[in-house]
Amino acid sequence: MKIVFELNRKPVELDIEPSETLAEVLRDRCRLTGVKVSCEAQVCGSCTVLVNQLPVSACTCLAYEVRGRRVTTIEGLADESGRLHPLQQAFLDHFAFQCGFCTPGMILAAKALLDENADPTDEEMIAHMDGNLCRCTGYLPILKAIRQASMAMRGQQ
Amino acid sequence: MSEFTTVNHSVPRGDGIAKVTGSAIYASDIGLEHMAWAKVLRSPFAHARIVSIDASAAKRQPGVLDVLTADGLAGLSPYYGHAVKDHPLLAIGKVRFVGEPVAAVIAEDEPSAQEAVKKIVVKYEELTPVLDVDTALSAGAPLVHDKEYAGGAFRGFDDFPEGTGNICQAVHVEWGDVESALASAAHVAEGEFYFPMVYAYAMEPYVAVADYNSKSQLTVYSSAQHPFIVRHDLARVFGLPLANVRVIVPFVGGGYGSKSYTKVEPLAAACSWRTGRPVKFRLSVEEAMLTTRGDDARVRIRTAMDADGHLVARQATIHLNTGAYAENSPMVARKAANRIVGPYRIPNVKVDCLAVYTNTVPASSYRGLGGAQVTFPAESQIDELAEMTGCDPLQFRLENLAHRRESIHPGMRPIDADVPGDICQAADLLGWKEPLAPGHGRSICCSATDAGAHPVTLAMVQVYGDGSVSVMSGSTELGQGSHTVLAQIAAEEVGVPLERVRLVGSDTTVTLFERSTGASRTTTLMGRAVLEACREAIAQCKSMAAELLGVPAEELVEERGGIRCGQTRLTWAGIVERYFEMEGCSILGRAYLRKAGDLTLIPAFWEIGVVGLEMEVDEDTGKISVDSMVTIGDVGLAIHPAMTEGQDLGAATMGLGASLFEELIYDGQQLTNGTMLEYRVPRFSDMARNIQMKLVENRDGVGPYGAKGGGEGAVNPIGPCLANALYRATGVRIRTLPLTPERVWTALQQKRS
Repeated sequence: MKIVFELNRKPVELDIEPSETLAEVLRDRCRLTGVKVSCEAQVCGSCTVLVNQLPVSACTCLAYEVRGRRVTTIEGLADESGRLHPLQQAFLDHFAFQCGFCTPGMILAAKALLDENADPTDEEMIAHMDGNLCRCTGYLPILKAIRQASMAMRGQQ
Repeated sequence: MSEFTTVNHSVPRGDGIAKVTGSAIYASDIGLEHMAWAKVLRSPFAHARIVSIDASAAKRQPGVLDVLTADGLAGLSPYYGHAVKDHPLLAIGKVRFVGEPVAAVIAEDEPSAQEAVKKIVVKYEELTPVLDVDTALSAGAPLVHDKEYAGGAFRGFDDFPEGTGNICQAVHVEWGDVESALASAAHVAEGEFYFPMVYAYAMEPYVAVADYNSKSQLTVYSSAQHPFIVRHDLARVFGLPLANVRVIVPFVGGGYGSKSYTKVEPLAAACSWRTGRPVKFRLSVEEAMLTTRGDDARVRIRTAMDADGHLVARQATIHLNTGAYAENSPMVARKAANRIVGPYRIPNVKVDCLAVYTNTVPASSYRGLGGAQVTFPAESQIDELAEMTGCDPLQFRLENLAHRRESIHPGMRPIDADVPGDICQAADLLGWKEPLAPGHGRSICCSATDAGAHPVTLAMVQVYGDGSVSVMSGSTELGQGSHTVLAQIAAEEVGVPLERVRLVGSDTTVTLFERSTGASRTTTLMGRAVLEACREAIAQCKSMAAELLGVPAEELVEERGGIRCGQTRLTWAGIVERYFEMEGCSILGRAYLRKAGDLTLIPAFWEIGVVGLEMEVDEDTGKISVDSMVTIGDVGLAIHPAMTEGQDLGAATMGLGASLFEELIYDGQQLTNGTMLEYRVPRFSDMARNIQMKLVENRDGVGPYGAKGGGEGAVNPIGPCLANALYRATGVRIRTLPLTPERVWTALQQKRS
């Protein structure tokens, strides 16, 4: 079947199997391997992408469901000139990743939060991010990075 | 002000941009032209004889290239294992745990392979399984392995005696006269402890892409931590020269020990060998949970002190549940036996540790390698003894901890750290003497683990005529930041900006041998090898400069990044270019570290784990939450302070998981919670409310600039910290982890009644 959607600010038209997940389509057909698949059960958050700015687990979302929508992956987060998004910069500054496997999903989940709530409290950040697992960092550097990005995006830095 | 230009600074990570933009390539992202896919059929029984396998329907399915079973392994040496060669690529004659691969389908795409797996018909004759250690050790127990295996290539390093029956490995550690010391001791603490079966959950599951070509050259892209040991196993399985086997490890999505040693690579390679096509074999997380876990441990332990409050004896029996295959459990057994002593002066010690085969998922390395399993009983008992004498547990530790240069293990390296100083810093940061609120408890625990593994580490460095440098290292970048740290060391030594240094590896064809990436060794051993390789390149430059300038080498004055001779200044790069009179040249520096010189004594360094925490227990629900957590990293010198602290926090958080809620649970033959829906790991909301990481830099290690490794130590003390703090809060002593709300609540109820 054919589907049309917007992927990282560009229109795409793909011929897919109805059973294909969004993660499979993005990784295998679109070669966007920044979409990382781990638990395949919507537990870990590593495959998080944004669909119309909302975080979605691409491992358990059928690609068919994003027809006509806007999909953002980590590859589409930097601006057109290649300048990093404040969250990407903050993750670098705070060493908010080690192996990096959870990082694309983590950054996109955080972007959804900051787009919705520009100045979240720690409790709000923890509640929003609780569905994204990281096995390396112990989470604190990620929390610090989201705080920095929130400030940067509000022009407080 | 640091005396260093690049090291000891928290410089940007070399892999940073790639990892925040999604361009970092992991083995799971690798695809090759004409690549086929493999999926395996797994055993539904813990112990059974394979009567027959009918793969005809699977082979007939469109898209299927072939089905590989044990019969198809003829011509190969079908068993692998670095310690004991007991692990077949596919079950041969027998299955030994639920989840063991029995047959592999190779197909044009992964869904076809998965579909065809269901069409394979296997007839089994069930055998009595051995599902726990006590049964395995009982007289007349069925044998998990009823044949003899050859030792693996790395068995000889550590002089392991052979096991018998269901004993995979028996380790005995003894000095002094434990029985006399126990008999005359003033106080003896005695108890039985249990550390659970845990899963490391590296978020990227095991994956290999193998290409066995028509020239009998095998290339494997893998998520392995130790590519050189994988290469060795592959060479043996296929009867290939080492030079024909190339193992490439791109970025790895988490390891924590679980990706140590060989996993999926031999089967992926056999599928390629069989079909003549590159083959990708990737596991789901559920399959990864059926591949490797940590050894659960039952520890019976007695610790004794004299009337003056000095430790006089420790006796322990450790039973590790090793599962169906040896993997690295012989080493876990060795390390558990060593590590149960802790950083204390104990004049009489006797430890017996058995790694025991059972019909469960094979156990192997898990962060801390036996350290977490034995620090729980060891440090719980230190608190129990302190209480018997009415002594403050911190004070009790201070009176018994070994000081720098004291020996804790006869024949091993003396303590190269300041453990008493470390726990005092933890006490200060935690507010040890502050009054405790009701329901709160505090504890500080410590461990000393013989880290670094066997020191064989080789490195090469190229210094180019344009002032850039490449470092060829066989250490794997698992996220711990080794590529950044090694580049920092090269930049520091050659005197070039960090941006001019490139890391190459891991790739067994273009980097020299490095035994492993684990045991917290990389900064210490590979870091030192890189430093020495840089200095060797510089020595060559000096000889070249002397020749170019027509002066004796002694007249050259070394400066940062080059030499001065009178008014003439030359950079190392400038010397290279002038020497060859050609642009684009480079020279090669190399270093070979082995067990010699100051690396003769094992361990290369003692990794010290010091954690302090304050927890709160909800007595109505039994739920524990961590209020404050302090880690002390006694690392000699932090080449990269922020990443070093990150290692401590990550290790401590992994320890929280194993201590509070992580546990693989078997119901009979079946693993009942083998999915991430049911296996609970720490989340954002489990973070301690206050976290402090402190580094201690006394430059007392054998690594570069006095550095020592970190990253595992902080796992070990978490379990006993929580158990001791719970005791202080409630008077309840729990000797089984994890401290789930149910377990804590039940214990509180029992105390009340």
